[in-house]
Amino acid sequence: MSGVKQRQVNGIGTVFRKETRENFRDRRTVFNTLLLGPILFPFMFIALVWFTTSAEQERAEKTLEVPVIGAELAPSLMRFLEQQGTVIKAPPVDPEAVVRSQEELVVLRILPEYPEKWLAGEPAPVEVIADPSRQESSVAIGRVKNLLAVYGQQTGLLRLQLRGVAPQAMAAVDVRDVDLSTAKSRAILAMIFLPYVLMITAFTGGMHLAMDTTAGEKERKSLEPLFINPVPRWQIMVGKLLTTTLFAMASLALTLVSFKLVLPLMPVGTFGIDLSLSVTALLQILLVIAPVAILAASLLTLLASFAKTYREAQSYMSLVVMIPLIPSIIFMANPIKPELWMMSVPLFSQNLLIGEIIRGDGVPALWYALSIGSTLVIGLTLAAVAATLYNRPRIIFSGS
Amino acid sequence: MIVVKNLHKSFGDVKAVCGVSFEARDGEITGLLGPNGAGKTTTLRMLYSLLPPDEGEIRIDGLDPGKDAMEIKRTLGVVPDGRGLYNRLTARENIEYFGELHGMTRAQMNERIDHLTKTLGMEDFIDRRTEGFSQGQRVKVAIARAMVHSPQTVLLDEPSNGLDVMATRALRNYILCLKRDGHSVVLSTHIMQEVAALCDRIVIIAKGAVAADGTAEELMERSGSSSLEDAFVKLIGSDEGLLA
Repeated sequence: MSGVKQRQVNGIGTVFRKETRENFRDRRTVFNTLLLGPILFPFMFIALVWFTTSAEQERAEKTLEVPVIGAELAPSLMRFLEQQGTVIKAPPVDPEAVVRSQEELVVLRILPEYPEKWLAGEPAPVEVIADPSRQESSVAIGRVKNLLAVYGQQTGLLRLQLRGVAPQAMAAVDVRDVDLSTAKSRAILAMIFLPYVLMITAFTGGMHLAMDTTAGEKERKSLEPLFINPVPRWQIMVGKLLTTTLFAMASLALTLVSFKLVLPLMPVGTFGIDLSLSVTALLQILLVIAPVAILAASLLTLLASFAKTYREAQSYMSLVVMIPLIPSIIFMANPIKPELWMMSVPLFSQNLLIGEIIRGDGVPALWYALSIGSTLVIGLTLAAVAATLYNRPRIIFSGS
Repeated sequence: MIVVKNLHKSFGDVKAVCGVSFEARDGEITGLLGPNGAGKTTTLRMLYSLLPPDEGEIRIDGLDPGKDAMEIKRTLGVVPDGRGLYNRLTARENIEYFGELHGMTRAQMNERIDHLTKTLGMEDFIDRRTEGFSQGQRVKVAIARAMVHSPQTVLLDEPSNGLDVMATRALRNYILCLKRDGHSVVLSTHIMQEVAALCDRIVIIAKGAVAADGTAEELMERSGSSSLEDAFVKLIGSDEGLLA
């Protein structure tokens, strides 16, 4: 009895179909990759924006209550503040202490020499006691300082008029804003986080798969019987790599769709920001980020094939997720003007391109080509390295 | 037909196999008997071209695993020690996966799986996911998966590990079936009962080398013992790591 007649085998397709089917049956993988990220990120973001804007708004609209020390020294200032809706409170015994203990956000102190300097027409000293390192006090500090500045300016103008000087003399330069930003381009200010979220998703989307199909298979000891089949190992690796890429892409596409659905709910209507993402823009973003999914899948597979167990692989992965954050953080802290050469730097170029796509300006085709090309070259190089790792005999040995 | 001459394999300073030679003929069951850590699994891994030998020669039906790895894999059916089933796939899907990797058509696979399901008695669980299978069920699926492409040579690493009496009986019957069909079967084990019940030829491996080789009668004769067990102990020098 001899072997059945056998065709030329395409291992890549067989492995890809099996890994895809098997992983779609894994609730943990499907949940983490296809549900958690795409739902969590956009909603987390929306919730955050809602929370901060409503808290800011509340602080800006709330009646300003300011304890004033020496209010009797500056009756006209007090009147002005009250006209502006500020409630003047009785002074605390120890103003520094109440600010430090956060009982009060701001305390005003009119210094004793105030009346004398006021009458002499010299700058009369007022102290604003506050702790600007406490974020919640920034709105109150701003409001108090703004009121004081307006009062100072009004009084100054009156004094000039009394001396027979035209108030315009104070305004040596007439500054006018010519705003060239559009409702669309302002959206990037609100969506600066999007490249960042997408970069992380490109990596996390394939993470479970890379670990399960390599380190996990090693741990379950199914890699050894798999390698006894008459299929070159590089084909097995490519099949697994394709499944990893597929899941990463699916995760990215779902994240984008979920952002498209959720963005209109953002409370930004009055700022003149157009937050809609057109289908064309979505497809462009997907095209730009796709090579990153391949790069990430290769890198993750490469690392996972070093690991002996799922657990060991996990410890590498938590470090890898930091990689896509580096360019995003640099870009957020230090925005730069995109130039051609930057498109050849993977991860960096995608950050810039996604920004340009959201702004709604046309992006040169060469930029796309360079970004996709350079990222693919590095991704495929990593895949080739992973394939050679698969050929080492010791890849089958698990932790035991 | 397997011919192995003077195999050597080291991992760093550890000499796992140093000088193993034996023959396994068609229509016979050859048992590699030895204590745990004697080098049986490493020897088998070299046979199915997972590990390259440092030294020595292997021929399986005239093919060299170093040169004709793909050809040899087509003629081999292997059940490794770790069964390595995919828990999220059904037994049938596990078997089909390997059939597909062997380039079988759907029709060929269906026919073959029907046959194996009957021979191995897997009717009750062939379409269930292997998550939660008993050891006996796992071994059956692993065997069916290894046999899906009807290989001429069958290698079994510790096939009865973890099996209960009934499952062991079923397994032994199946291995005897393979012998009747003219396959060349090699199994490794540390259980004396197993070789006594099954094997035509016994290769005793200890500390990476062959301690003795022959039929049960020859081994008893050579050691001047009246029972197989005494023969093993005399030939190896101790009974450490062996199960009666």
